[in-house]
Amino acid sequence: MVQQKIREKARELLTKKAVDLIIGFGEGTLPLRATPLFIRSPEEVDRLIWNSFCENNLATYLHKLSQFKVGLVVKGCDSRSIIALSLEKRFKPDQLFLIGVPCQRMVDRRRVKKAVKGEILRAHEQGDQIMVEGEDFKTALKRDDFLYPSCRMCTHRTPIQANVLIGDPVEESPLIETHPEVKDFEKKSPEERWKYFEKESSRCIQCYACREACPMCYCVECFVDSYNPKWIEKGLSPSDLEFYHIVRAYHQTGRCSGCGACERACPMEIRLTYLTQKLNRDAKELFGFEAGIDADAPPPLSTYEIEDRQEFIK
Amino acid sequence: MKLKLDKKDFENFFQSLMDEYDLYAPVQLAEGVSVFKKIDHPGEVNLTQLHPQKPAKDVFFPQSEVMFRYEKVGKQNQMHSTEEVKRERILFGARPCDIEAISIIEKVFVGEEYTDIYFLEKRKKTTIIGLGCNHPLSTCFCSSAGGDPFLRAGSDLFFIDLGEAYFVELLTEKGMAFRKNKFFKEADPKDLTLVKELEEKAFEKVGFSIPVDGIEKRLDLMGESSFWDRVHEKCIGCRICTYLCPTCHCFDMVDEASNDKGKRVRNWDSCLSPLYSLETSGHNPRPTTRERTRQRLMHKFNYFPKIFDRVACVGCGRCILYCPVHFDIREAINRTSPKRLKRFVGERL
Repeated sequence: MVQQKIREKARELLTKKAVDLIIGFGEGTLPLRATPLFIRSPEEVDRLIWNSFCENNLATYLHKLSQFKVGLVVKGCDSRSIIALSLEKRFKPDQLFLIGVPCQRMVDRRRVKKAVKGEILRAHEQGDQIMVEGEDFKTALKRDDFLYPSCRMCTHRTPIQANVLIGDPVEESPLIETHPEVKDFEKKSPEERWKYFEKESSRCIQCYACREACPMCYCVECFVDSYNPKWIEKGLSPSDLEFYHIVRAYHQTGRCSGCGACERACPMEIRLTYLTQKLNRDAKELFGFEAGIDADAPPPLSTYEIEDRQEFIK
Repeated sequence: MKLKLDKKDFENFFQSLMDEYDLYAPVQLAEGVSVFKKIDHPGEVNLTQLHPQKPAKDVFFPQSEVMFRYEKVGKQNQMHSTEEVKRERILFGARPCDIEAISIIEKVFVGEEYTDIYFLEKRKKTTIIGLGCNHPLSTCFCSSAGGDPFLRAGSDLFFIDLGEAYFVELLTEKGMAFRKNKFFKEADPKDLTLVKELEEKAFEKVGFSIPVDGIEKRLDLMGESSFWDRVHEKCIGCRICTYLCPTCHCFDMVDEASNDKGKRVRNWDSCLSPLYSLETSGHNPRPTTRERTRQRLMHKFNYFPKIFDRVACVGCGRCILYCPVHFDIREAINRTSPKRLKRFVGERL
């Protein structure tokens, strides 16, 4: 069982003192939730769990742990973020020990909640079903109907780079070819696209959870926090909210692993991944590049080649 | 006086108030996302979510608010104040925890030394219609935090959902002004029985399991405890828990100006943000999420109760529900329980 093997590996690493700490997932206090867990001694490893609610991209924690040797439980997307970050020289060699887990795709807890009437008080996975229970209901839901969009289209569930792989690599076939929202978005006229974007970003409360949850957002000073020069006002005027979301998305071009952590973090349920997925597709179509796949290929916007197309220069 | 309002009359009741009042109520922005905001039509009121993401504090202390405007006209500087609330307002649909939180903020904003005219003006001109909590969530712990699911304090009128009708109580002078409202009918004795049943059920559900009582004394011993080394670890430093908290009330003031005119704006601020404590020299006395998480918890459960005799938490559970890394404030409080605290402070307890 995956969970048991994660614990065994963690126990071994901590006992040998091969790492200072392990970051994995622990049981949440609410149904449908797991929580990032920091383990520092072999006695604690039995708190590590693995299930379809391990939705966070743990690579985001590495920025605050640069002095430690970290053992990190990684899914396909987390490992892609780590490769992308390595290309940006964020880690010392050998600072990380990656415990790779081929991912079964994660469950969108909010969609599950919306599918039932009343508060879910208990939930567990049973085969390909999620059993949810409340005060006066008990129902079985088909797991595959409740996956995060980014997980449904994922083509790299098996970690690309890992010091050890727990379990066998899984078949890499996406459940859907394109992000459903990107597909719809592309069909819209520019006015309709703007309207959609405007409506989504209007709910923003500037909590910056999307930024903090993202492993690729690690600037010492984010442009929104800069006072001199001041790029953005901190009120809630639509133009400031829109500006933030556009810049956040564009800073991800060629760097985003498509993990969806930004969207999962948003308390206002703002759709965000349609933007980054669109940019990911552009990077693939224009430069044949996918973030976090090749540990030697720099992201297209931070390098050049003599043969680069340049007909856009007039 | 015990009254009730049939739900079929609800929209007409609200409509009739709109001539005189601006109405604020929970409105859905998207499926599963709602906020308190000014409504244009009674049909907008949406009570699907027990706790809208943004708490009712937004109605009295908006996330972003213009304090005054200024302008240079010729050689003259002109200032225009903006604190005045022109129309009386009604807040409907706030739960007892959110209303209790407004009284908590009021302790700070309307004090002996300072008065926040922006908050006070809105508070004075608002009639609050509280709504009892028949079905508290599993994340609710209001009773442990000094409130309860049917706490009337702070409300001018109080509604209790009876299914087909709302049971209506008029609690203050502002509330009594509604006693002749044509949509209110006299309640039956059986309605009173039902209210009692609903209250008991909710009280039982929400329980008293979280050891908030006496927490400020326990935290006194913990300023430099190793407790803080672990409790913050998974915090990613976003601002959700503070912005969605009904009692958090920190703000930052900025000038938004260009050429000859501008405005002074205050915006919610958060102790979880690095910028919050960054000094001009570049030094940051709270350099990591460890110090910032400590600040958040200490302010709520130690500094605040020492000054105001009440924790700055009403147990609404928003921070638990919306935290992207599932930080559960109840767990942090539990870890300070007298039994478990020994680990961190040894015999000093």
